[in-house]
Parts: sequence; structure tokens; C-alpha cells
Amino acid sequence: MNEMHLSNQALATEPIRKGFGRGLLKAGQLNVNVVAACADLTESTQIQLFAEAFPERYIEIGVAEQNLATVGSGLAAMGKIPFVSSYAAFNPGRNWEQIRTTIALNNQPVKLIGSHAGLYTGADGATHQMLEDLALMRAMPNMVVLAPGDSVEAEKATLAMAVDKRPNYMRLAREATPIMTTDKTPFQIGRAYIFRKGADVSLISTGTMTYPAMVAAAALAKDGIHAEVVHVPTIKPIDHAVILDSAERTRHVVTIEEAQINGGLGGAVAELLSENLPTPMLRMGMNDRFGESGHPEELLKHFGLTPIHIAMTAHRLLMDHSGHKH
Amino acid sequence: MAKTPKNYSTADIQKKANQIREDIIKMLEHAGSGHSAGPLGLADIFAALYFKILKHNPDNPDWEERDILVLSNGHCVPVLYATMANAGYFSRKELMTLRQLGSRLQGHPERERLPGLETTSGPLGSGLSQAAGMALALRMNKEVHRWVYVVMGDGEQDEGNVWEAAMLAGKYKLNNIIAITDRNNIQIDGPTETVMPLENLKDKWESFGWHVLEIDGNDIDAVIDACQMGKAIVEKPVMIIAHTIPGKGVDFMEYDFHWHGAAPNHEQAIKALKELRTLGGKIRSEHE
Repeated sequence: MNEMHLSNQALATEPIRKGFGRGLLKAGQLNVNVVAACADLTESTQIQLFAEAFPERYIEIGVAEQNLATVGSGLAAMGKIPFVSSYAAFNPGRNWEQIRTTIALNNQPVKLIGSHAGLYTGADGATHQMLEDLALMRAMPNMVVLAPGDSVEAEKATLAMAVDKRPNYMRLAREATPIMTTDKTPFQIGRAYIFRKGADVSLISTGTMTYPAMVAAAALAKDGIHAEVVHVPTIKPIDHAVILDSAERTRHVVTIEEAQINGGLGGAVAELLSENLPTPMLRMGMNDRFGESGHPEELLKHFGLTPIHIAMTAHRLLMDHSGHKH
Repeated sequence: MAKTPKNYSTADIQKKANQIREDIIKMLEHAGSGHSAGPLGLADIFAALYFKILKHNPDNPDWEERDILVLSNGHCVPVLYATMANAGYFSRKELMTLRQLGSRLQGHPERERLPGLETTSGPLGSGLSQAAGMALALRMNKEVHRWVYVVMGDGEQDEGNVWEAAMLAGKYKLNNIIAITDRNNIQIDGPTETVMPLENLKDKWESFGWHVLEIDGNDIDAVIDACQMGKAIVEKPVMIIAHTIPGKGVDFMEYDFHWHGAAPNHEQAIKALKELRTLGGKIRSEHE
């Protein structure tokens, strides 16, 4: 972990999608069977690094996301490892059925990249702020669902996807976000990681919300509350052991995601806990509504997804369950 | 291991097509549901593909030099199953498991269940783009002696995904694709030209950068000739618009869109089989 967040120094920032671009280039250098296709968003989705390095292994699909997914299926059928990218609103928003039939049910190892997911898409507004992708993709059998927390992790996730034999979906964010992990931070598909130890409440977060959770945990510490931060870059298959162990120790859980609270990380954790270890919990995310235009920081504040909101939610949970340790 | 197909004559292939039709009727009657018209109309095309055109090996379905056949209109899979069984991929007895719990022969084809299926299909309009992905992969690999065949319905060309794929194949001049449209003029709600007019279909494909051939899809020689010619067209992908008679071979099913998604009951199956075995009373069959 980059411990700088504990000091007053600001962390360097970079869009998560940049890490994907670097990871794909490396994956392409490591394996000639890695190929890529994009639906007219080469620069936006950062696939252009690969396209420039390997033009003969890159396919420009045009604005046709149904074709993007199904061409990917065909490439995978012939032994390729295709990374196919667009905005998350279209891939998997537009082409969900094609993904379901020709990739998931057909069990072809296509690597679906949905960039510009979540409120960080900002001024483009609700149409482009994909918030349902985690729920959509988590409902699909055979599918692995990833939401890396920063650009460094996205690079590792991309390299892991290139050697994973299953269909994968990875969501990426548009705007620069803090780089909180380092080259040495471990990453494996299917694993959750404790980024900060604590005994009072588990802040279980994914993607861009893990850094605000870390900041919230530091603020809670000043109030004498020891929050544990569990970073969950793999939404599916979700890491039962790490999440159950953390919930068992802290007995209080807050989930935080830049996505709908229904069906995404919050849904996954709620299902896991209710069946195995009923635990008081609150879910933070978009509460069954669409976003709107604005600067990302304004939107996160407006929709209640800042470190202060996370800390307040943790306080509320602990107060409401005063029979517990608080 | 490679397997050289036997040198079947047109008459041999015609016999195979008729056997395939009988098997389709029997399996659909046994299953109690499924699609009759499309599979019967496609029997000649599938017999020509598996007994003449395709490079394939029933003993080694994953043979790495095989041609690829993508069935885009997955609801017509009874003709594919019946043809594969007759070609030796599995026993004809297994055809009677169609649509039953635990069967490898799902109501719509699932690649992972049955060796020899190249993809999973049913939801329409996605086969051509998968074929385009396969053709692009073959080109990247410089595998110039393998072909991707795709069988599509005409009704499924209402789907936008088809035309996305048509544009892509035109853009990349995917000359290793030979697509066959089963132009039988029916879909679930009625005649294609009433539900959603497709004509002028030939002009549409040509304007998307395809070389278009039009044939009688129930004429085995015409199917073989068109595929041969398709392989010789080097500058464009090839679309064969194969005019077929839905329900071909069974008088009471022919041309009737109600048989698109219906299976024969026992009495209808007996009648249909009798007709098929005598080729509509024109020829006495060895089965009699």
C-alpha cells in the first residue's frame, strides 16, 4: 500500500483506464494471441496503445457494440484472447443479450471492458454514467466481474484477465483518481484485500470508492472508531473468506460502491452475510436512481459518496446497533 | 487427423437429405415441440454442406484444419443435429433425446454440450458477427485454406446486429466467409414481406460490399456450385441467397408459416413420413 494517504500529502492521480491501456500493451507483448477490438472509442478506452503497437491484431468495429461483443466471441472461438472495449453504458449496457448468449453461455473467454463507468463520467450526464453494470454482469453465470481501485491495480487486473480462461468484465473510470496501491500490492482475481485493519466496523468497498473509504477510516480513527477497509476488486466470484472473517470480527458492515446499491457489491455482500453470518449493515451507492450532469466531485457530494458521508454512515450504523461494541 | 470425405454423388446426397428430413420429423414428433418448416427446407443445404462442401471430421470434431459452420438461426438446429448424426458425429438414436432433460441436443444449440457445434445460438442476428470474428482470426493466423460458413434465416435479418456484421465483413473484405441466407419467406408472425419487408435483399447485401449469388436452395447441385464459386470470389465476402420452400417435402407443411415454430403430432408425423418415403408419391422408396 501507498501509505501517503495517511500523511497530509496528496497522492498522485491517474485515470484507472490508463492502467488498462498499459496492461493490455504488456499482455499483447507477452502473448501473440491477445487481440483487441473497440467501438469507436480507441483513445477514450485507452486501447490505442495496443492498436498502435499491434495494428494487425486490432479491429475497429465502429459504433456497433452488439457487433463488438459477438465479433469478440468469434475471435475467442478461434483461440484468440480478445479484449473488447467501449463505454460501460454500451458494453455491457447495449449488448447484454449478445454477451449472455455468445460469451457467457457459450463460455468463450472474451475480455469485456466498460470504461466511463459510474459518476466519475461527470458532465456527460445520466445516459453515460453506467451504474447498473455490476448488477447486470454479476447476474450472469460464468462471468467474472472486476472493478479495480486505481490505475496500478487495473494494469495488474488486465494482465490477470489475459491469462484467465473465463469470460471477464472489467469496469473502468474516466477521471483521474488517487493511486493508492503500488507495484507490490497483491492482486489476484477472486481475492479481497484488507487495506486497513480495524475492529469496530468493516468498510467494504470496490473500484473508485476504496480510496474515499480509506480517508473515511482515517477520519473515524480520530473519533476513536477503528474501521477496517476491505477492498473488493473482484465482485464475482466474491471472496467469501475475507469478507466473512472481517464481518465476524467487526460485527458491522458498510458497503460502498459507485454503482446502484441493488445487485452490485452491496447486494453481493448482503447475500453472503444474510446466509452465513447475519450482520448489521448499510449499503452506500446510488440509491435506485439515475445520476445527472456535473463535475465528478460535485456529483459524489450530491449523491453522498464522499469520505465524510462514509464516516457518517459508519457512525449511524454503530449508533443504531448500540448493543454491539460501540 | 484429416478425413477425406467420400465422393458422394448428387443422388447420394439427395438420399441423405431425405433421411435427414425423416429424422427431423421423428425427432420433432418425439420431442413434442420445436421448429419444422425451416429445418425441412434446409435439409438439402445441410446435406450438401456435410457430405460435399465442408472440410470436417466427425471422428475428431476439433480437427484444427476443419472448416467452421456457424448456425445463426439456432431454432433450425434439428436439421444440424440430424445431419451431424447422419454424418457420424453421434448415433441417430440420440436424436430422440432432443429437448429432453440432460440431453446434449438442447432445444437451441449449446456449443459446450455437443462436440461439433461451433457456437451457441438461438437469439437471432449474432451468427454473422461471430463468423466475422472467426474469419478475422483465421486471417491473422494466415490460415488461408479454412472457410467460415454461416447459415442464417431471412427473418433474422430484421435484427440490427446482422447489418453491423455485414458492414464489418464488407470493410475488412472477409473473403473467407460464405454466408447462406435461408430465404424461405416466412417468420413467426407471417410472410417476411408482411412482417418487415426485406426486399430488395440482394441489393442490400451488395450495397454492404458483398458478392451475392442467388440459387434454388433445394437444388443440391446449385448449393454445391454456389459454394464452389463463393470460394473463388477473392475480393469480397459472399452471400448466397438460397430460395427454399419452408416445410419442403411434406405437402401440408410447405409454404405454411404456421409450421415455423410447430412440431407434428403422431398422426401428422405418420403422414409426413409416408410422404417423404415416397417423395410425394413420385418415387417408391426402399423403406416401403
